[in-house]
Amino acid sequence: MKIAVCLKRVPDTTTSIVIAPDGKSIVEAGVKFIPNPYDEYAIEEAIKLRDAAGAGEVVVVSLGPDAAQETIRGALAVGADRGVLLQAAAPGDGLEVARALAAELKDGGYDLILFGKLAMDDYHHTAGPMVAELLAWPCITAVAALRIEGREVTAEREVEGGIEVSTCQLPAVLSCDKGLNTPRLPALKGIMAAKKKPLEVKPTALGAGTTTMLGLTPPAERPAGRIVGEGADAVPELVRLLRTEAKVI
Amino acid sequence: MAAILAVLEQRAGTLRKVSLEVLAAARQLADASGATVDALLCAEGPVSGAESLGAHGADRVLLATHPDFRLYSPDGIGATAAAAAAGHSAVVFAATATGRDLAPRVAARLGVGCATDVTALQIEGGKVVATRPVYGGKAIQRVRLDGATAVVSVRPNTFAPAPSGKAGTAERFAVPAFQARVMVREIKAPATAALDVTEAPVVVSGGRGLKEAVHFKLLEDLAGAFGNAAVGASRAVVDAGWRDHGAQVGQTGKTVSPSLYVAVGISGAIQHLAGMRTAKVIVAINRDKDAPIFKVADYGVVGDLFEIVPRLTEEIRRIRQD
Repeated sequence: MKIAVCLKRVPDTTTSIVIAPDGKSIVEAGVKFIPNPYDEYAIEEAIKLRDAAGAGEVVVVSLGPDAAQETIRGALAVGADRGVLLQAAAPGDGLEVARALAAELKDGGYDLILFGKLAMDDYHHTAGPMVAELLAWPCITAVAALRIEGREVTAEREVEGGIEVSTCQLPAVLSCDKGLNTPRLPALKGIMAAKKKPLEVKPTALGAGTTTMLGLTPPAERPAGRIVGEGADAVPELVRLLRTEAKVI
Repeated sequence: MAAILAVLEQRAGTLRKVSLEVLAAARQLADASGATVDALLCAEGPVSGAESLGAHGADRVLLATHPDFRLYSPDGIGATAAAAAAGHSAVVFAATATGRDLAPRVAARLGVGCATDVTALQIEGGKVVATRPVYGGKAIQRVRLDGATAVVSVRPNTFAPAPSGKAGTAERFAVPAFQARVMVREIKAPATAALDVTEAPVVVSGGRGLKEAVHFKLLEDLAGAFGNAAVGASRAVVDAGWRDHGAQVGQTGKTVSPSLYVAVGISGAIQHLAGMRTAKVIVAINRDKDAPIFKVADYGVVGDLFEIVPRLTEEIRRIRQD
């Protein structure tokens, strides 16, 4: 089974975000970058599916700056076979990113293209379904359980108040949610092997797109709260405040 | 500006509450630009609750029916929404599991970018400007949609349904030919008929301070006392396997904006705060008076949650009985 995994390099979720003087980007100095956590479920699933099939290839495709090579190497260290970096400055418009990915993936002979359900930085949720539309492939998003039998895909995803069960045929695009699997950690042997695996760098020009980022601001500070009291004796006062002051109950 | 299209959600013939929020967002854009609101409802047949759409801001309801639309059809509803979007200056979805799936498909079909999980909308210079949290709520982005049609999805619990008292008209909308590549077979009910944390007006969340998975019973009781509450969880307890990942609140889980968020035994790691800081009112219950959660909480109670929570449950129950 030939599988592509689209991987994005994002700031560590445990890090604070500081807005740069340009008011449109973040200060990157001192920020640790990690593979997008949802993409790690995609990598793990791809490796499992390849190994279960007994043959095939897992190709990691990332669109981003040169530093994303390191992120790709991380995926190669846990078992992906080769990497492709679509080297482009700050990806902005989601559709332009999807167009660049679709152009790379279109004639790759893939059975499956996997994404994380969203990127932890821009929160778009768009790359997977947009690439699927551009390729005219079936797409199931936010997959938390997956079964592939022959060419038939059965996927479960969480929807409000239930679990939606869908089916489609390969080739397909799937985006992965937490719960699908537990991503493995790299072993030293894998890290050494990753250094020798192929990683192709392709300078990529993105279109201008139809969205314009106007600015980035810190979230509104919440007004200072107060400690109502200590222990269970504070509960009546808390309830009174929630009723008469906050008016939420 | 041309009309605004609101893409509504139903499930098995019942209108979903979030649809009225989508209508409210569309109405706001329409009122700011002197436009009208068309509401697209894709269903298998008649939808209960559809009669209230005019009174909630729809000038015209477009009903598109197809046997595949009982639950959801990504390809069919995607094709229908893209066809209905023609001639509209903006299309508004809900940022639900369905809307997040659908909005990018429609944007790709229309050849435009889209803004997802939007918390505020404006019209500036004749264009839609969307405000949306990024980096899990650690920063707020403003983005202008320059395409012929602006595609946005709005975060649940952000745009309040707005009764207008008007009566809209209703007509049929023809479903275009589509290839059903994905078939939705069923929606299985979850183990418990619980509200989703993203849609519940009250969220009661627990963290490591609960000490053991079984102690979440305390929070389920509290949620039960509120009657309209969902139980959420911190990343630490989800990773420990105490709660299902669907309940996780935070940057690597769900972002919630309930009227009331009660954080119990949660210290307030930055990635958790990112997911709940847009709640209208935050209550924190924690034994450590220096826990970061108290910095974002409107009301804090310091002490033993095993004493405080049952007392709170009792008080809420008493109030609701009055």
